[in-house]
Amino acid sequence: MSAKIKPSQGARYARILGVGGYRPTRVVPNEEILRYIDSSDEWIRSRSGIVTRHWAGPDETVAEMSVEAAGKAIADAGLAPEDIGAVIVATVSHFKQTPAVATEIAHRVGAGTPPAFDISAGCAGFTYGLSLAKGMVTDGSARYVLVIGVERLSDLTDKEDRATAFLFGDGAGAVVVGPSDEPAIGPVIWGSEGDKAETIKQTLPWDVYREGRPDEVRFPAITQEGQAVFRWAVFEMAKVAQQALDAAGVTADQLDAFIPHQANMRIIDSMIKALKLPEHVAVARDIETTGNTSSASIPLAMERLLATGQARSGDTALVIGFGAGLVFAASVVTLP
Amino acid sequence: MAATQEEIVKGLAEIVNEIAGIPTEDVQVDKSFTDDLDVDSLSMVEVVVAAEERFDVKIPDEDVKNLKTVGDAADYILKHQD
Repeated sequence: MSAKIKPSQGARYARILGVGGYRPTRVVPNEEILRYIDSSDEWIRSRSGIVTRHWAGPDETVAEMSVEAAGKAIADAGLAPEDIGAVIVATVSHFKQTPAVATEIAHRVGAGTPPAFDISAGCAGFTYGLSLAKGMVTDGSARYVLVIGVERLSDLTDKEDRATAFLFGDGAGAVVVGPSDEPAIGPVIWGSEGDKAETIKQTLPWDVYREGRPDEVRFPAITQEGQAVFRWAVFEMAKVAQQALDAAGVTADQLDAFIPHQANMRIIDSMIKALKLPEHVAVARDIETTGNTSSASIPLAMERLLATGQARSGDTALVIGFGAGLVFAASVVTLP
Repeated sequence: MAATQEEIVKGLAEIVNEIAGIPTEDVQVDKSFTDDLDVDSLSMVEVVVAAEERFDVKIPDEDVKNLKTVGDAADYILKHQD
């Protein structure tokens, strides 16, 4: 005889309650990048929109930056660390296969012993985590979920590759997702395109070192096929963004803010055109001074958009993450 | 109905004008997108996507790099359009 199993009770809806970011103290201008590649400030700006980026110092580890960002997000949500019921960390630049960095972060942030785990979903990592967190809050497996996107991409940058040396930055962004009386995180449109797995990738797997002779092996770095990625990011992702709007029952006219993954200013500009976003929509352009921070870019850009007054709490924003995999995830959210 | 070479070049000129702000009269068959028209690799992708829509043709990423001049692009479209 099968016993009757009592279901968990979650909140009806979920929302982002608070956001926080950490940017490493060292600011790296294009001039420094140009020591290693034959290029120019004008070329870098026109191809990417990037003027400066932050690179982490030895003490600004993945865990350290995450703890800083998480503390701010928890305070912004008006919560105490012990309220956190789960920790999800999205990253591709935590250099230990195991244990997950999420457990250390949960402990150090003062959350006690909640479930904690890392996810690997490239530049869509944060939006993947957001979707998981929403599900956890609404199914009752956690009341408040901390979602962190964190990267030290300077560790995975080939400083002599003129196509990518200027692109990446370091930092951490965090949000707390919790219960809501009204829908405040729309349906997620997400997926993967494994047939394009080679378009953005780490050059070598870590086990290249198993055979020894590390001196003869260039340290792994992230590379991409620029034109193919640009086409996919602009035109395919505009379709995904539109689907997320449609699924949420929100029109472009009703949006207050657009917070895409900060991949490249040219991608952002072209997406705006492809989506026909009205001029009143505040667009996150954090990439100019932050570079591409992969999974950290959306919460960092969200924090800055709110801090500068370009967007306000309660505004309706479209968020879309996309990157290596290829993977993508988009939803309409209410800003914290 | 399939477009003629002349119509394709005219259409490409309008697309390049829209995307890169180059005067349409400068867009001639012998012009190189990057060297003469200042269309960089990312703008080239936008030109290609706009051309695909306008002429109902598919131009895969691996073929884009072979389209050096306006004439190359026009020939490619002429050959591959339905």
